[in-house]
Amino acid sequence: MLIGAIVAGVVFGLYYTLVGLGLNLVFGVMRIVNLAHGDFLMLGGISAWFLFTSFGLNPFVSVGLVVVVFLLVGLPIYYLVVPRLLRSRDSEMLSLILFFGISQMIEAVTTIGLGATERSLPPRLLGVGPMVILGTRLPKAWIFSAAASAIAVLLVYVYLYRTRLGTLTRAVMVSREEALATGIDVNFVSAVAFGVSLALAGVAGVFAPFILGSITPNMGVAINITAFAVIVVGTLGNPLGTLLGGIIYGVSLMLMQTYLSSWANLLPNLLLIAVLLIRPEGILGRKTRRA
Amino acid sequence: MHKPNRIILDAAIATAVVAVMGIARGVYSNELMLFNFIMFLTLAQGLNIIYGFTGYLPFGYVGFYGAGAYGFSLVVMHLHVPAMVGMVAAGVAALVLGVILLPLLRLSGAYFAIASMAAAQAVYEIVANLDLESVTKGPYGVSLSDVFAPATSYYVALAILAGTLFLVVWLRNSRFGMSLQAIRDDSVSAAMAGVSVVRGRTIAWLLSASIAGLVGGVFAWHISVFYPDTAFDLSVSIFSTVFLLFGGATTLSGPLLGVFILYGIYNVIGIAVPQYFQFTYGALIVLLVLFLPNGLVSLLTNRGIRVP
Repeated sequence: MLIGAIVAGVVFGLYYTLVGLGLNLVFGVMRIVNLAHGDFLMLGGISAWFLFTSFGLNPFVSVGLVVVVFLLVGLPIYYLVVPRLLRSRDSEMLSLILFFGISQMIEAVTTIGLGATERSLPPRLLGVGPMVILGTRLPKAWIFSAAASAIAVLLVYVYLYRTRLGTLTRAVMVSREEALATGIDVNFVSAVAFGVSLALAGVAGVFAPFILGSITPNMGVAINITAFAVIVVGTLGNPLGTLLGGIIYGVSLMLMQTYLSSWANLLPNLLLIAVLLIRPEGILGRKTRRA
Repeated sequence: MHKPNRIILDAAIATAVVAVMGIARGVYSNELMLFNFIMFLTLAQGLNIIYGFTGYLPFGYVGFYGAGAYGFSLVVMHLHVPAMVGMVAAGVAALVLGVILLPLLRLSGAYFAIASMAAAQAVYEIVANLDLESVTKGPYGVSLSDVFAPATSYYVALAILAGTLFLVVWLRNSRFGMSLQAIRDDSVSAAMAGVSVVRGRTIAWLLSASIAGLVGGVFAWHISVFYPDTAFDLSVSIFSTVFLLFGGATTLSGPLLGVFILYGIYNVIGIAVPQYFQFTYGALIVLLVLFLPNGLVSLLTNRGIRVP
Protein backbone atom coordinates (compact mmCIF):
# COMPACT_ATOMS: atom_id res chain seq x y z
CA MET A 1 0.00 0.00 0.00
CA LEU A 2 2.85 2.37 0.84
CA ILE A 3 4.71 1.57 -2.38
CA GLY A 4 1.47 1.88 -4.31
CA ALA A 5 0.87 5.36 -2.89
CA ILE A 6 4.40 6.44 -3.72
CA VAL A 7 4.26 5.12 -7.30
CA ALA A 8 0.90 6.80 -7.91
CA GLY A 9 2.31 9.91 -6.24
CA VAL A 10 5.21 10.11 -8.67
CA VAL A 11 2.82 9.65 -11.61
CA PHE A 12 0.57 12.43 -10.33
CA GLY A 13 3.61 14.48 -9.39
CA LEU A 14 4.78 14.55 -13.00
CA TYR A 15 1.39 15.89 -13.99
CA TYR A 16 1.41 18.52 -11.22
CA THR A 17 4.86 19.58 -12.35
CA LEU A 18 3.33 20.36 -15.72
CA VAL A 19 0.52 22.30 -14.01
CA GLY A 20 2.96 24.48 -12.09
CA LEU A 21 5.71 24.83 -14.68
CA GLY A 22 4.05 27.47 -16.85
CA LEU A 23 3.12 29.62 -13.86
CA ASN A 24 6.68 29.43 -12.61
CA LEU A 25 8.16 30.33 -15.98
CA VAL A 26 6.08 33.50 -16.12
CA PHE A 27 6.97 34.39 -12.54
CA GLY A 28 10.65 33.73 -13.18
CA VAL A 29 10.84 35.84 -16.32
CA MET A 30 8.38 38.64 -15.57
CA ARG A 31 8.02 38.64 -11.75
CA ILE A 32 4.25 38.61 -12.11
CA VAL A 33 1.71 36.02 -11.00
CA ASN A 34 -0.63 34.79 -13.70
CA LEU A 35 -3.70 34.12 -11.61
CA ALA A 36 -5.53 33.08 -14.80
CA HIS A 37 -3.20 30.13 -15.28
CA GLY A 38 -5.79 27.66 -14.03
CA ASP A 39 -8.34 29.14 -16.42
CA PHE A 40 -6.06 28.67 -19.41
CA LEU A 41 -5.65 25.09 -18.24
CA MET A 42 -9.43 24.78 -18.19
CA LEU A 43 -9.57 26.16 -21.74
CA GLY A 44 -7.08 23.50 -22.81
CA GLY A 45 -9.35 20.85 -21.35
CA ILE A 46 -12.41 22.35 -23.05
CA SER A 47 -10.52 22.37 -26.37
CA ALA A 48 -9.64 18.70 -26.02
CA TRP A 49 -13.26 17.91 -25.16
CA PHE A 50 -14.54 19.96 -28.11
CA LEU A 51 -12.07 18.47 -30.60
CA PHE A 52 -13.01 14.99 -29.47
CA THR A 53 -16.80 15.37 -29.43
CA SER A 54 -16.97 17.36 -32.68
CA PHE A 55 -14.21 15.83 -34.81
CA GLY A 56 -13.35 12.67 -32.92
CA LEU A 57 -9.77 13.81 -32.45
CA ASN A 58 -7.72 11.74 -30.01
CA PRO A 59 -6.16 13.83 -27.20
CA PHE A 60 -2.70 12.83 -28.42
CA VAL A 61 -3.52 14.65 -31.67
CA SER A 62 -5.34 17.62 -30.18
CA VAL A 63 -2.48 18.29 -27.77
CA GLY A 64 -0.30 19.39 -30.72
CA LEU A 65 -3.00 21.72 -31.94
CA VAL A 66 -3.52 23.16 -28.47
CA VAL A 67 0.20 23.85 -28.05
CA VAL A 68 0.40 25.82 -31.31
CA VAL A 69 -2.79 27.81 -30.72
CA PHE A 70 -2.05 28.65 -27.07
CA LEU A 71 1.52 29.67 -27.93
CA LEU A 72 0.24 32.05 -30.61
CA VAL A 73 -2.53 33.42 -28.39
CA GLY A 74 -0.01 34.13 -25.64
CA LEU A 75 2.00 36.62 -27.70
CA PRO A 76 -0.75 39.26 -28.25
CA ILE A 77 -1.99 38.86 -24.67
CA TYR A 78 1.53 39.59 -23.48
CA TYR A 79 1.93 42.72 -25.60
CA LEU A 80 -1.53 44.02 -24.67
CA VAL A 81 -1.17 43.69 -20.94
CA VAL A 82 2.22 42.93 -19.48
CA PRO A 83 4.54 45.79 -20.62
CA ARG A 84 2.06 48.32 -19.27
CA LEU A 85 1.67 46.35 -16.06
CA LEU A 86 5.43 46.15 -15.54
CA ARG A 87 5.71 49.94 -15.68
CA SER A 88 3.45 50.33 -12.64
CA ARG A 89 4.71 50.94 -9.12
CA ASP A 90 3.94 47.53 -7.63
CA SER A 91 3.58 45.20 -10.59
CA GLU A 92 3.85 41.96 -8.62
CA MET A 93 0.85 42.90 -6.48
CA LEU A 94 -1.19 44.44 -9.26
CA SER A 95 -0.60 41.39 -11.48
CA LEU A 96 -2.61 39.31 -9.01
CA ILE A 97 -5.58 41.60 -9.43
CA LEU A 98 -5.20 42.09 -13.17
CA PHE A 99 -4.98 38.39 -13.97
CA PHE A 100 -7.80 37.73 -11.58
CA GLY A 101 -9.86 40.01 -13.83
CA ILE A 102 -8.77 38.04 -16.89
CA SER A 103 -9.63 34.82 -15.11
CA GLN A 104 -13.13 36.14 -14.37
CA MET A 105 -13.59 37.07 -18.03
CA ILE A 106 -12.51 33.61 -19.22
CA GLU A 107 -14.75 31.91 -16.68
CA ALA A 108 -17.74 34.06 -17.65
CA VAL A 109 -17.30 33.56 -21.40
CA THR A 110 -16.92 29.80 -20.96
CA THR A 111 -20.01 29.58 -18.78
CA ILE A 112 -22.06 31.70 -21.18
CA GLY A 113 -20.91 29.67 -24.18
CA LEU A 114 -21.02 26.16 -22.75
CA GLY A 115 -22.90 26.21 -19.46
CA ALA A 116 -21.48 25.27 -16.08
CA THR A 117 -21.74 21.49 -16.49
CA GLU A 118 -18.87 19.10 -15.88
CA ARG A 119 -17.21 17.67 -18.96
CA SER A 120 -15.07 14.58 -19.18
CA LEU A 121 -13.42 12.36 -21.74
CA PRO A 122 -13.53 8.55 -21.75
CA PRO A 123 -10.26 7.22 -20.29
CA ARG A 124 -10.12 4.50 -22.98
CA LEU A 125 -8.89 7.21 -25.39
CA LEU A 126 -5.47 6.85 -23.79
CA GLY A 127 -5.46 3.06 -23.81
CA VAL A 128 -7.52 0.31 -22.22
CA GLY A 129 -6.77 -1.52 -19.01
CA PRO A 130 -4.27 -1.07 -16.23
CA MET A 131 -0.51 -1.17 -16.38
CA VAL A 132 1.56 -2.66 -13.57
CA ILE A 133 4.50 -0.67 -12.18
CA LEU A 134 6.41 -2.10 -9.19
CA GLY A 135 3.41 -4.27 -8.38
CA THR A 136 0.96 -1.35 -8.49
CA ARG A 137 -1.88 -1.40 -10.97
CA LEU A 138 -2.49 2.04 -12.47
CA PRO A 139 -4.87 3.03 -15.30
CA LYS A 140 -3.11 3.50 -18.63
CA ALA A 141 -4.69 6.96 -18.89
CA TRP A 142 -2.69 8.07 -15.83
CA ILE A 143 0.56 6.61 -17.13
CA PHE A 144 0.23 8.26 -20.53
CA SER A 145 -0.78 11.61 -19.02
CA ALA A 146 2.29 11.46 -16.81
CA ALA A 147 4.46 10.48 -19.76
CA ALA A 148 3.13 13.39 -21.81
CA SER A 149 3.85 15.68 -18.85
CA ALA A 150 7.38 14.36 -18.61
CA ILE A 151 7.94 14.99 -22.32
CA ALA A 152 6.62 18.57 -21.97
CA VAL A 153 8.92 19.19 -18.99
CA LEU A 154 11.86 17.81 -20.97
CA LEU A 155 11.06 20.09 -23.91
CA VAL A 156 11.01 23.10 -21.56
CA TYR A 157 14.42 22.02 -20.30
CA VAL A 158 15.73 21.85 -23.88
CA TYR A 159 14.20 25.26 -24.62
CA LEU A 160 15.76 26.89 -21.57
CA TYR A 161 19.18 25.24 -21.50
CA ARG A 162 19.92 24.11 -25.06
CA THR A 163 18.73 26.96 -27.28
CA ARG A 164 19.89 30.53 -27.79
CA LEU A 165 16.43 31.86 -26.98
CA GLY A 166 16.54 29.89 -23.73
CA THR A 167 19.85 31.49 -22.78
CA LEU A 168 18.34 34.91 -23.42
CA THR A 169 15.29 33.92 -21.36
CA ARG A 170 17.48 32.92 -18.44
CA ALA A 171 19.34 36.20 -18.78
CA VAL A 172 16.06 38.07 -18.40
CA MET A 173 15.26 35.90 -15.38
CA VAL A 174 18.46 36.97 -13.66
CA SER A 175 17.99 40.67 -14.32
CA ARG A 176 15.54 42.36 -16.62
CA GLU A 177 17.40 45.66 -16.56
CA GLU A 178 20.82 44.20 -17.36
CA ALA A 179 19.33 42.06 -20.12
CA LEU A 180 17.82 45.20 -21.60
CA ALA A 181 21.14 47.00 -21.32
CA THR A 182 22.94 44.22 -23.19
CA GLY A 183 20.57 44.70 -26.11
CA ILE A 184 18.33 41.70 -25.59
CA ASP A 185 14.82 42.19 -26.95
CA VAL A 186 13.37 41.70 -23.49
CA ASN A 187 9.78 42.08 -24.60
CA PHE A 188 10.06 39.45 -27.31
CA VAL A 189 11.82 36.99 -25.02
CA SER A 190 9.17 37.52 -22.35
CA ALA A 191 6.34 37.23 -24.87
CA VAL A 192 7.65 33.84 -26.00
CA ALA A 193 7.98 32.72 -22.38
CA PHE A 194 4.41 33.84 -21.80
CA GLY A 195 3.24 31.91 -24.87
CA VAL A 196 5.15 28.81 -23.75
CA SER A 197 3.55 29.14 -20.33
CA LEU A 198 0.07 29.20 -21.84
CA ALA A 199 0.94 26.25 -24.08
CA LEU A 200 2.03 24.30 -20.98
CA ALA A 201 -1.26 25.17 -19.30
CA GLY A 202 -3.03 23.99 -22.44
CA VAL A 203 -1.22 20.64 -22.44
CA ALA A 204 -2.01 20.17 -18.76
CA GLY A 205 -5.62 20.98 -19.62
CA VAL A 206 -5.81 18.35 -22.35
CA PHE A 207 -4.84 15.68 -19.84
CA ALA A 208 -6.85 17.17 -16.96
CA PRO A 209 -9.98 15.08 -17.69
CA PHE A 210 -7.92 11.91 -17.20
CA ILE A 211 -6.08 12.94 -14.05
CA LEU A 212 -8.55 15.24 -12.32
CA GLY A 213 -11.70 13.50 -13.57
CA SER A 214 -13.56 16.36 -15.20
CA ILE A 215 -13.45 19.96 -16.41
CA THR A 216 -15.67 22.77 -15.13
CA PRO A 217 -15.52 26.47 -16.03
CA ASN A 218 -14.84 27.45 -12.42
CA MET A 219 -12.01 25.01 -11.68
CA GLY A 220 -9.35 27.70 -12.16
CA VAL A 221 -9.01 28.93 -8.58
CA ALA A 222 -8.40 25.49 -7.08
CA ILE A 223 -5.89 24.68 -9.83
CA ASN A 224 -4.07 27.92 -9.11
CA ILE A 225 -3.65 27.16 -5.42
CA THR A 226 -2.30 23.73 -6.31
CA ALA A 227 0.03 25.17 -8.94
CA PHE A 228 1.22 27.78 -6.49
CA ALA A 229 1.86 25.19 -3.80
CA VAL A 230 3.87 23.14 -6.28
CA ILE A 231 6.08 25.98 -7.43
CA VAL A 232 6.58 27.48 -3.99
CA VAL A 233 7.66 24.09 -2.63
CA GLY A 234 10.04 23.83 -5.58
CA THR A 235 11.28 27.42 -5.69
CA LEU A 236 9.63 30.41 -7.25
CA GLY A 237 11.34 31.41 -10.45
CA ASN A 238 13.33 28.18 -10.80
CA PRO A 239 11.67 25.98 -13.46
CA LEU A 240 13.65 22.88 -12.52
CA GLY A 241 12.64 23.19 -8.88
CA THR A 242 9.08 22.74 -10.07
CA LEU A 243 9.82 19.09 -10.89
CA LEU A 244 10.89 18.46 -7.31
CA GLY A 245 7.89 20.44 -6.01
CA GLY A 246 5.51 18.49 -8.23
CA ILE A 247 6.82 15.09 -7.11
CA ILE A 248 6.78 16.06 -3.43
CA TYR A 249 3.26 17.36 -3.85
CA GLY A 250 2.05 14.30 -5.75
CA VAL A 251 3.55 11.81 -3.31
CA SER A 252 2.26 13.61 -0.23
CA LEU A 253 -1.19 13.94 -1.80
CA MET A 254 -1.31 10.20 -2.47
CA LEU A 255 -0.07 9.37 1.03
CA MET A 256 -2.76 11.64 2.48
CA GLN A 257 -5.43 10.05 0.32
CA THR A 258 -4.32 6.58 1.35
CA TYR A 259 -4.06 7.12 5.07
CA LEU A 260 -6.17 10.21 5.90
CA SER A 261 -8.43 10.59 2.91
CA SER A 262 -10.97 13.05 4.30
CA TRP A 263 -8.23 15.58 5.08
CA ALA A 264 -6.42 15.30 1.75
CA ASN A 265 -7.83 18.59 0.43
CA LEU A 266 -6.14 20.41 3.26
CA LEU A 267 -2.74 19.39 1.98
CA PRO A 268 -1.91 21.94 -0.75
CA ASN A 269 -2.87 24.80 1.56
CA LEU A 270 -0.90 23.58 4.56
CA LEU A 271 2.11 22.63 2.42
CA LEU A 272 2.09 26.09 0.89
CA ILE A 273 1.88 27.94 4.19
CA ALA A 274 4.45 25.70 5.87
CA VAL A 275 7.02 26.09 3.12
CA LEU A 276 6.47 29.84 2.88
CA LEU A 277 7.00 30.26 6.60
CA ILE A 278 9.85 27.81 7.13
CA ARG A 279 11.74 28.15 3.89
CA PRO A 280 10.31 30.95 1.73
CA GLU A 281 13.06 30.52 -0.84
CA GLY A 282 11.83 26.98 -1.60
CA ILE A 283 13.70 23.73 -1.29
CA LEU A 284 16.16 24.41 -4.10
CA GLY A 285 16.36 28.13 -3.44
CA ARG A 286 19.46 30.05 -2.56
CA LYS A 287 19.62 31.68 0.84
CA THR A 288 18.24 34.99 -0.36
CA ARG A 289 14.95 36.03 1.11
CA ARG A 290 12.70 38.08 -1.07
CA ALA A 291 9.88 37.98 1.39
CA MET B 1 -7.64 72.84 4.77
CA HIS B 2 -6.96 72.97 8.49
CA LYS B 3 -6.70 69.78 10.40
CA PRO B 4 -9.85 70.19 12.55
CA ASN B 5 -11.84 70.85 9.35
CA ARG B 6 -10.48 67.68 7.78
CA ILE B 7 -11.53 65.61 10.74
CA ILE B 8 -14.98 67.22 10.71
CA LEU B 9 -15.37 66.49 6.99
CA ASP B 10 -14.29 62.86 7.44
CA ALA B 11 -16.60 62.41 10.40
CA ALA B 12 -19.48 64.05 8.54
CA ILE B 13 -19.10 61.59 5.65
CA ALA B 14 -19.01 58.65 8.04
CA THR B 15 -22.09 59.89 9.89
CA ALA B 16 -23.96 60.53 6.65
CA VAL B 17 -23.32 57.01 5.36
CA VAL B 18 -24.47 55.42 8.61
CA ALA B 19 -27.56 57.64 8.70
CA VAL B 20 -28.45 56.84 5.08
CA MET B 21 -28.13 53.11 5.68
CA GLY B 22 -30.20 53.41 8.86
CA ILE B 23 -33.00 55.39 7.23
CA ALA B 24 -32.96 53.23 4.09
CA ARG B 25 -34.31 50.26 6.03
CA GLY B 26 -37.51 52.11 6.77
CA VAL B 27 -37.90 53.37 3.19
CA TYR B 28 -36.78 50.47 1.07
CA SER B 29 -38.22 46.99 1.47
CA ASN B 30 -35.36 44.79 0.24
CA GLU B 31 -33.71 44.43 3.61
CA LEU B 32 -31.30 41.68 2.55
CA MET B 33 -29.84 43.88 -0.16
CA LEU B 34 -29.34 46.77 2.24
CA PHE B 35 -27.77 44.39 4.72
CA ASN B 36 -25.34 43.18 2.05
CA PHE B 37 -24.48 46.80 1.31
CA ILE B 38 -23.63 47.37 4.97
CA MET B 39 -21.53 44.19 4.99
CA PHE B 40 -19.49 45.22 1.98
CA LEU B 41 -19.15 48.82 3.15
CA THR B 42 -17.67 47.45 6.37
CA LEU B 43 -15.53 44.75 4.76
CA ALA B 44 -14.07 47.17 2.20
CA GLN B 45 -13.08 49.53 5.03
CA GLY B 46 -11.74 46.65 7.11
CA LEU B 47 -9.56 45.67 4.18
CA ASN B 48 -8.65 49.34 3.79
CA ILE B 49 -7.16 49.27 7.30
CA ILE B 50 -4.74 46.51 6.40
CA TYR B 51 -4.12 47.26 2.71
CA GLY B 52 -4.51 51.01 2.60
CA PHE B 53 -2.48 51.66 5.72
CA THR B 54 0.12 48.88 5.65
CA GLY B 55 0.25 47.65 2.04
CA TYR B 56 -0.56 44.01 2.84
CA LEU B 57 -3.29 42.67 0.57
CA PRO B 58 -4.81 39.49 2.06
CA PHE B 59 -6.62 37.56 -0.67
CA GLY B 60 -7.87 35.28 2.07
CA TYR B 61 -9.65 38.07 3.96
CA VAL B 62 -12.79 35.91 3.76
CA GLY B 63 -11.12 33.50 6.20
CA PHE B 64 -11.78 35.93 9.06
CA TYR B 65 -15.32 36.50 7.89
CA GLY B 66 -15.93 32.74 7.84
CA ALA B 67 -14.22 32.31 11.20
CA GLY B 68 -16.54 34.97 12.61
CA ALA B 69 -19.63 33.34 11.11
CA TYR B 70 -18.66 29.98 12.59
CA GLY B 71 -17.52 31.48 15.88
CA PHE B 72 -21.00 32.92 16.25
CA SER B 73 -22.77 29.76 15.09
CA LEU B 74 -20.82 27.28 17.22
CA VAL B 75 -21.35 29.22 20.43
CA VAL B 76 -25.03 29.80 19.72
CA MET B 77 -25.66 26.21 18.59
CA HIS B 78 -23.80 24.35 21.31
CA LEU B 79 -24.00 26.67 24.32
CA HIS B 80 -27.39 28.28 23.52
CA VAL B 81 -26.14 31.69 24.57
CA PRO B 82 -27.82 34.95 23.48
CA ALA B 83 -26.85 36.36 20.09
CA MET B 84 -24.81 39.23 21.53
CA VAL B 85 -22.53 36.73 23.29
CA GLY B 86 -22.26 35.03 19.92
CA MET B 87 -21.08 38.31 18.41
CA VAL B 88 -18.30 38.49 20.97
CA ALA B 89 -17.35 34.93 20.05
CA ALA B 90 -17.29 35.94 16.37
CA GLY B 91 -14.85 38.74 17.06
CA VAL B 92 -12.72 36.52 19.28
CA ALA B 93 -12.65 33.70 16.70
CA ALA B 94 -11.37 36.06 14.01
CA LEU B 95 -8.91 37.61 16.44
CA VAL B 96 -7.52 34.20 17.36
CA LEU B 97 -7.18 33.28 13.69
CA GLY B 98 -5.45 36.61 13.15
CA VAL B 99 -2.98 35.83 15.93
CA ILE B 100 -2.35 32.35 14.51
CA LEU B 101 -1.67 33.88 11.11
CA LEU B 102 0.58 36.66 12.43
CA PRO B 103 3.70 34.91 11.07
CA LEU B 104 2.32 35.50 7.57
CA LEU B 105 3.22 39.17 8.01
CA ARG B 106 6.84 38.09 7.57
CA LEU B 107 5.96 37.51 3.93
CA SER B 108 5.32 40.28 1.46
CA GLY B 109 3.68 41.05 -1.85
CA ALA B 110 2.28 38.13 -3.79
CA TYR B 111 3.62 35.63 -1.24
CA PHE B 112 1.51 37.16 1.48
CA ALA B 113 -1.59 37.41 -0.71
CA ILE B 114 -1.41 33.77 -1.80
CA ALA B 115 -0.45 32.43 1.62
CA SER B 116 -3.42 34.18 3.21
CA MET B 117 -5.68 32.71 0.53
CA ALA B 118 -4.30 29.25 1.28
CA ALA B 119 -4.92 29.87 4.98
CA ALA B 120 -8.55 30.80 4.36
CA GLN B 121 -8.98 27.66 2.24
CA ALA B 122 -7.39 25.58 4.98
CA VAL B 123 -9.84 26.91 7.58
CA TYR B 124 -12.67 26.15 5.16
CA GLU B 125 -11.45 22.58 4.64
CA ILE B 126 -11.39 22.09 8.39
CA VAL B 127 -14.83 23.58 9.04
CA ALA B 128 -16.48 21.80 6.10
CA ASN B 129 -14.86 18.46 6.88
CA LEU B 130 -17.20 15.51 7.27
CA ASP B 131 -15.17 14.21 10.20
CA LEU B 132 -16.22 17.28 12.21
CA GLU B 133 -19.89 16.99 11.36
CA SER B 134 -20.89 16.68 15.02
CA VAL B 135 -19.20 19.99 15.80
CA THR B 136 -19.59 22.22 12.74
CA LYS B 137 -22.27 20.28 10.81
CA GLY B 138 -19.60 19.87 8.12
CA PRO B 139 -20.66 20.67 4.56
CA TYR B 140 -24.37 20.62 5.46
CA GLY B 141 -24.37 24.10 6.93
CA VAL B 142 -25.81 25.50 10.14
CA SER B 143 -29.28 26.65 11.09
CA LEU B 144 -29.71 29.22 13.86
CA SER B 145 -33.46 29.78 13.87
CA ASP B 146 -33.47 30.23 17.70
CA VAL B 147 -31.79 33.61 17.53
CA PHE B 148 -33.26 34.82 14.22
CA ALA B 149 -33.80 38.58 14.60
CA PRO B 150 -33.55 40.47 11.31
CA ALA B 151 -34.21 43.93 12.75
CA THR B 152 -31.80 43.73 15.70
CA SER B 153 -29.05 42.17 13.62
CA TYR B 154 -29.47 44.88 10.98
CA TYR B 155 -28.81 47.60 13.52
CA VAL B 156 -25.93 45.67 15.05
CA ALA B 157 -24.40 45.49 11.56
CA LEU B 158 -24.96 49.23 11.24
CA ALA B 159 -23.19 49.79 14.56
CA ILE B 160 -20.23 47.73 13.33
CA LEU B 161 -20.14 49.82 10.16
CA ALA B 162 -20.18 53.02 12.23
CA GLY B 163 -17.37 51.76 14.44
CA THR B 164 -15.28 50.78 11.43
CA LEU B 165 -15.82 54.08 9.63
CA PHE B 166 -14.79 56.08 12.67
CA LEU B 167 -11.78 53.82 13.14
CA VAL B 168 -10.70 54.73 9.61
CA VAL B 169 -11.36 58.41 10.30
CA TRP B 170 -9.16 58.12 13.37
CA LEU B 171 -6.42 56.29 11.47
CA ARG B 172 -6.41 58.92 8.76
CA ASN B 173 -5.99 61.73 11.22
CA SER B 174 -3.95 60.24 14.03
CA ARG B 175 -0.30 59.85 14.76
CA PHE B 176 -0.69 56.07 14.72
CA GLY B 177 -2.30 56.08 11.25
CA MET B 178 0.47 58.32 9.94
CA SER B 179 3.11 55.99 11.32
CA LEU B 180 1.39 53.06 9.59
CA GLN B 181 1.51 54.87 6.26
CA ALA B 182 5.17 55.65 6.86
CA ILE B 183 5.81 51.92 7.42
CA ARG B 184 3.91 51.10 4.24
CA ASP B 185 5.90 53.55 2.15
CA ASP B 186 9.33 52.68 3.52
CA SER B 187 9.55 50.39 6.50
CA VAL B 188 13.31 50.79 6.96
CA SER B 189 13.15 54.58 7.14
CA ALA B 190 10.12 54.41 9.42
CA ALA B 191 11.97 52.08 11.77
CA MET B 192 14.96 54.43 11.77
CA ALA B 193 12.65 57.30 12.71
CA GLY B 194 11.59 55.38 15.79
CA VAL B 195 8.33 53.85 14.56
CA SER B 196 7.71 50.36 15.88
CA VAL B 197 7.14 48.51 12.60
CA VAL B 198 6.11 45.13 14.00
CA ARG B 199 3.75 46.65 16.56
CA GLY B 200 2.06 48.87 13.98
CA ARG B 201 1.51 46.08 11.49
CA THR B 202 0.29 43.70 14.16
CA ILE B 203 -2.31 46.14 15.46
CA ALA B 204 -3.58 46.98 11.96
CA TRP B 205 -3.76 43.29 11.04
CA LEU B 206 -5.69 42.31 14.17
CA LEU B 207 -8.08 45.28 13.84
CA SER B 208 -8.76 44.35 10.25
CA ALA B 209 -9.25 40.68 11.14
CA SER B 210 -11.66 41.45 14.00
CA ILE B 211 -13.79 43.68 11.79
CA ALA B 212 -14.18 40.89 9.23
CA GLY B 213 -14.98 38.50 12.07
CA LEU B 214 -17.70 40.77 13.44
CA VAL B 215 -19.18 41.16 9.97
CA GLY B 216 -19.12 37.38 9.56
CA GLY B 217 -20.84 36.97 12.92
CA VAL B 218 -23.60 39.43 12.14
CA PHE B 219 -23.98 37.77 8.73
CA ALA B 220 -24.58 34.42 10.43
CA TRP B 221 -27.05 36.06 12.78
CA HIS B 222 -28.97 37.88 10.07
CA ILE B 223 -29.06 35.02 7.54
CA SER B 224 -29.31 32.27 10.20
CA VAL B 225 -29.11 29.44 7.65
CA PHE B 226 -25.92 29.09 5.63
CA TYR B 227 -23.34 26.65 4.28
CA PRO B 228 -19.58 26.71 4.70
CA ASP B 229 -19.36 27.43 0.96
CA THR B 230 -21.18 30.72 1.57
CA ALA B 231 -19.23 31.70 4.67
CA PHE B 232 -15.87 31.02 2.98
CA ASP B 233 -16.84 32.12 -0.52
CA LEU B 234 -13.70 33.60 -2.06
CA SER B 235 -15.81 36.20 -3.84
CA VAL B 236 -16.28 37.94 -0.48
CA SER B 237 -12.54 38.68 -0.51
CA ILE B 238 -12.54 39.50 -4.17
CA PHE B 239 -15.54 41.82 -4.05
CA SER B 240 -14.12 43.71 -1.07
CA THR B 241 -10.73 44.00 -2.76
CA VAL B 242 -12.17 45.27 -6.03
CA PHE B 243 -14.46 47.77 -4.29
CA LEU B 244 -11.51 49.06 -2.29
CA LEU B 245 -9.16 49.35 -5.26
CA PHE B 246 -11.82 50.77 -7.55
CA GLY B 247 -12.50 53.63 -5.17
CA GLY B 248 -8.97 54.11 -3.90
CA ALA B 249 -7.26 52.78 -0.81
CA THR B 250 -6.21 54.80 2.25
CA THR B 251 -9.08 57.26 1.77
CA LEU B 252 -12.41 57.12 3.57
CA SER B 253 -14.59 57.95 0.59
CA GLY B 254 -12.83 55.72 -1.99
CA PRO B 255 -14.02 52.34 -0.67
CA LEU B 256 -17.46 53.85 0.01
CA LEU B 257 -17.72 55.00 -3.61
CA GLY B 258 -16.46 51.63 -4.80
CA VAL B 259 -19.17 49.77 -2.90
CA PHE B 260 -21.99 52.13 -3.82
CA ILE B 261 -21.11 52.21 -7.53
CA LEU B 262 -19.96 48.64 -8.21
CA TYR B 263 -22.22 46.80 -5.80
CA GLY B 264 -25.03 49.03 -7.01
CA ILE B 265 -24.40 47.93 -10.60
CA TYR B 266 -24.18 44.35 -9.40
CA ASN B 267 -27.61 44.56 -7.83
CA VAL B 268 -29.10 46.06 -10.96
CA ILE B 269 -27.71 43.66 -13.56
CA GLY B 270 -25.61 41.10 -11.76
CA ILE B 271 -28.27 39.04 -10.06
CA ALA B 272 -30.33 38.40 -13.19
CA VAL B 273 -27.43 37.49 -15.48
CA PRO B 274 -24.42 36.79 -13.25
CA GLN B 275 -22.12 35.74 -16.11
CA TYR B 276 -22.47 39.00 -18.02
CA PHE B 277 -21.77 40.81 -14.81
CA GLN B 278 -18.78 38.57 -14.10
CA PHE B 279 -17.40 39.39 -17.54
CA THR B 280 -17.93 43.14 -17.17
CA TYR B 281 -16.39 42.93 -13.74
CA GLY B 282 -13.31 41.14 -15.02
CA ALA B 283 -12.89 43.63 -17.83
CA LEU B 284 -13.34 46.51 -15.39
CA ILE B 285 -10.62 45.11 -13.14
CA VAL B 286 -8.21 44.76 -16.06
CA LEU B 287 -8.83 48.30 -17.27
CA LEU B 288 -8.61 49.63 -13.73
CA VAL B 289 -5.20 48.08 -13.09
CA LEU B 290 -3.86 49.21 -16.44
CA PHE B 291 -5.17 52.75 -16.52
CA LEU B 292 -6.16 53.79 -13.00
CA PRO B 293 -4.09 51.68 -10.59
CA ASN B 294 -4.69 54.06 -7.68
CA GLY B 295 -8.46 54.05 -7.92
CA LEU B 296 -11.19 56.51 -8.75
CA VAL B 297 -10.02 59.08 -6.22
CA SER B 298 -6.65 59.33 -7.98
CA LEU B 299 -8.43 61.35 -10.67
CA LEU B 300 -8.59 64.09 -8.03
CA THR B 301 -5.50 63.35 -5.94
CA ASN B 302 -3.31 63.44 -9.06
CA ARG B 303 -4.42 67.04 -9.49
CA GLY B 304 -3.40 67.84 -5.96
CA ILE B 305 -6.92 67.86 -4.52
CA ARG B 306 -7.25 66.21 -1.12
CA VAL B 307 -9.95 63.57 -1.00
CA PRO B 308 -11.54 62.73 2.36
